[in-house]
Amino acid sequence: MTKYIVKRLFMAVLTVFVVATLTFFLMNTVPGGPYEAEKSISPQAKAALEAKFGLDKPLFEQYLTYLKNILHGDFGPSLKQRGRNVIDIILTKFPVSAKVGLISVMVSLIVGVPVGCIAAMKRGKMSDSAIIVIATVGIAVPSFVVCSLSMYFFGVKLRWLPTVGLTTWKHYIMPVFSLSFYPTTYIVRLMRSSMLDVLGQDYMRTARAKGVSQVVSLFKHALRNAILPVVTYLGPMMAYTITGSFIVEKVFTIPGLGGEFVSSITNRDYMMIMGTTIFLATLMVVINVVVDIVYKFIDPRINLK
Amino acid sequence: MSLQFKADDFLLATDAEKQELAAMRDSVGFWRDSLRRLVKNKVAMVSFFVIVVIMFFSFVVPSFYPYSYEQQQKGAENLRPMTYSAAEQERIAAGEKVTPHYLGTDKLGRDYAVRIMVGSRISLTVGLGAAVIILFIGALYGSIAAFFGGWVDIIMMRIVDIIYTIPDVLLIVLLSISLKAPLDALSENPAFRWVGTVGPNLISIFIVFALLYWVGMARIVRSQVLVLRESEYVTAAKALGAGNGRIIRKHLLTNCIGTLIVTTTLQIPSSIFTESYLSFLGLGVAAPLPSLGSLASTAINGMNTYPYLLIAPSVLISLIILSFNLFGDGLRDAFDPRLKK
Repeated sequence: MTKYIVKRLFMAVLTVFVVATLTFFLMNTVPGGPYEAEKSISPQAKAALEAKFGLDKPLFEQYLTYLKNILHGDFGPSLKQRGRNVIDIILTKFPVSAKVGLISVMVSLIVGVPVGCIAAMKRGKMSDSAIIVIATVGIAVPSFVVCSLSMYFFGVKLRWLPTVGLTTWKHYIMPVFSLSFYPTTYIVRLMRSSMLDVLGQDYMRTARAKGVSQVVSLFKHALRNAILPVVTYLGPMMAYTITGSFIVEKVFTIPGLGGEFVSSITNRDYMMIMGTTIFLATLMVVINVVVDIVYKFIDPRINLK
Repeated sequence: MSLQFKADDFLLATDAEKQELAAMRDSVGFWRDSLRRLVKNKVAMVSFFVIVVIMFFSFVVPSFYPYSYEQQQKGAENLRPMTYSAAEQERIAAGEKVTPHYLGTDKLGRDYAVRIMVGSRISLTVGLGAAVIILFIGALYGSIAAFFGGWVDIIMMRIVDIIYTIPDVLLIVLLSISLKAPLDALSENPAFRWVGTVGPNLISIFIVFALLYWVGMARIVRSQVLVLRESEYVTAAKALGAGNGRIIRKHLLTNCIGTLIVTTTLQIPSSIFTESYLSFLGLGVAAPLPSLGSLASTAINGMNTYPYLLIAPSVLISLIILSFNLFGDGLRDAFDPRLKK
C-alpha cells in the first residue's frame, strides 16, 4: 500500500513538474516573453520584474528561478491588475469557484446515483426507458449549450432566475445546473449499468434466499459494490467541473477563478495565465491522486502492487 | 461399433448425400457479419442517416448556396428568419427570384443559414481530422508498446500515464497563445495563407489532439495486442521469418480492427465537444470563419431579441454529438459484441 501511494505521489509530482516546465517554455516563445505587458509598465516595476525573475540571465537560469519562486507559492505580479500578485488573485477568486464546483459535484452525485439505481431496478419498464433516453441525450449536450439555453429560458424569457453574479441562493441554481448536467447524466448511465451487473450476481440471490429483506440487500450488498465505478469517475468529474467553470463563470458573470482565467487569456495577462494554469493543473493532479488512493482503500479486491 | 470396414462404405457418394453436406448458406465473414448486425440496429442507422444529411449540408450545399459565409449585405442586418431586406424586396417586386434567409441574418448582414452550415463543417472537420490523427498515433504507439513488452512497454506506458493527467484545455490555451506569433509569421508567406484563414487557434487544437488525445486509444490497442501477440498465428508468422513491422501491421492491427473502428468513431464526438468548448471561449477558429461554438458565443449577447441565433447552433452541435455517440455505440455492438454494456 505504502509503495503504491509513494508511486502515485511521485507520478503526480512529475506531472506537475512537466506542466510547469511546458508552461514556462511555451510562454517564453511569446514575442517579448511573458513578462512583457502590452501597455508598457512603469520603469520601476520593470526593473523589479527583471531583478526578481533574473531576466538578464540565460533562459535556463530564468527557468530555475521561476521554479524556485513557484515552490514558494510566488507566481509574480499580475500584468493587468496593477499592484496585485497572481497568487493573491487566485486565492481570493478560487473559493468562489470551489464553492460552486463542490455544490455541483454534490448535486450530480445526489441526483445521479439514485436515478441510476431506479433505472436498473425498473429495467425494461417505461421509467427505465425514459431515464435512458434523457441520459443519452443529456450526455451529448455541451455545457455551453446548457448554460446559454437555460439562461435564455429561465433568465430572459420566464424571468424566474437572476442571470448575473452570485449573491443569493437563487443565483446558484443555473450555474450549478449547467455544471452538474453532464456529470449527472454520466453517473446515471454508469450507475445503471454497474447496478444491473451487481443485481445479476450470485451473492445477491444468496442474500435474498437467506431471507435478507430487499431493502437491506439493496443497500448493504448491491449499492456498495455498484457505486465503485462512480468513485473512479470522481477524478474526471472534478476535472470536468474545473474546465466547465470557465464557461459557466463567463456566461453567468461569476467572480471566480474560471472567469478570471478566461479574461486573462483575452487580456493576454501572461503571468496570470501561467500562474492559473499551474495552480489548476496541480489541483487536478492532486484530486486524481486522492481519488485513486481512496479507491484502493474502498475496494479491497484491487491488488496493491 | 465394429472396427471392420464394410465394402459399401467406400462407394461413391450419391447426389442426395452430396446435397446434404452442401453448406446451407454462405459462410459469413467478419465484415458481412458486422454489417448485418449494424443494419439491423435502427438507432444506429437513423444516426448514420442524420450524419450523412448534416455532412451533405456542411460540405456540399455551401458551394452552390447563393450566399457565402463572409458576404456582408448592406441593409440586410439582423433580419428575422424568412424576411427580406428592402433591396431584396425590390428585386422580388421586379420579378427576380431571391433565396430567402431561412435563419435570418446576423448583425453584419451575413446569411445565418450558410454560416451555420460552414460552422458545422468546421466542427466535423475537426472531429474527423482529430480521429484520424488519434487513430494513427494511438494504434501505432499502443501496438509497439504491447508487442515489444518489457522495459519498452513500461517506459512507454509511464509516458502515457503522465500525458493522461495533463489537463488538456489548459495546454490548448498555452499552445494557442505561444503558437500565435510563429503561425502569424507563417501566414505572411503566400504558400501558407490558409494558416491565417484557419487561425492559429484551430491549428493548436489539432496539435494538442496529436500530442495528448491518442493516449486513450494507445491504452485500448495495447491491451488488445497484449492478448493477440500470444496467438499461434503470430508465432507462425515469426517462424516464417516475418519482421516485427509486418507482424504488427498485418497480423496484430488487422485483428483488432473492430476495436480501432469503434474507438475512432467514439473519439469524433469528444473532439467536436472540445472544439466547440474552445470556440465558445474564443479560442477556436479565426474571425470571419464561423464555428458552432463561436456562433453560439456571439449570439448570447443578443439572445433577448434574436434567440434563434443562439438556439440554432446549440441544437445542431448537440444533434451532431448525439448522432455520432449513437452511431458509435451501434458500431461497438456490431463489431465487438463482447464490449456491449
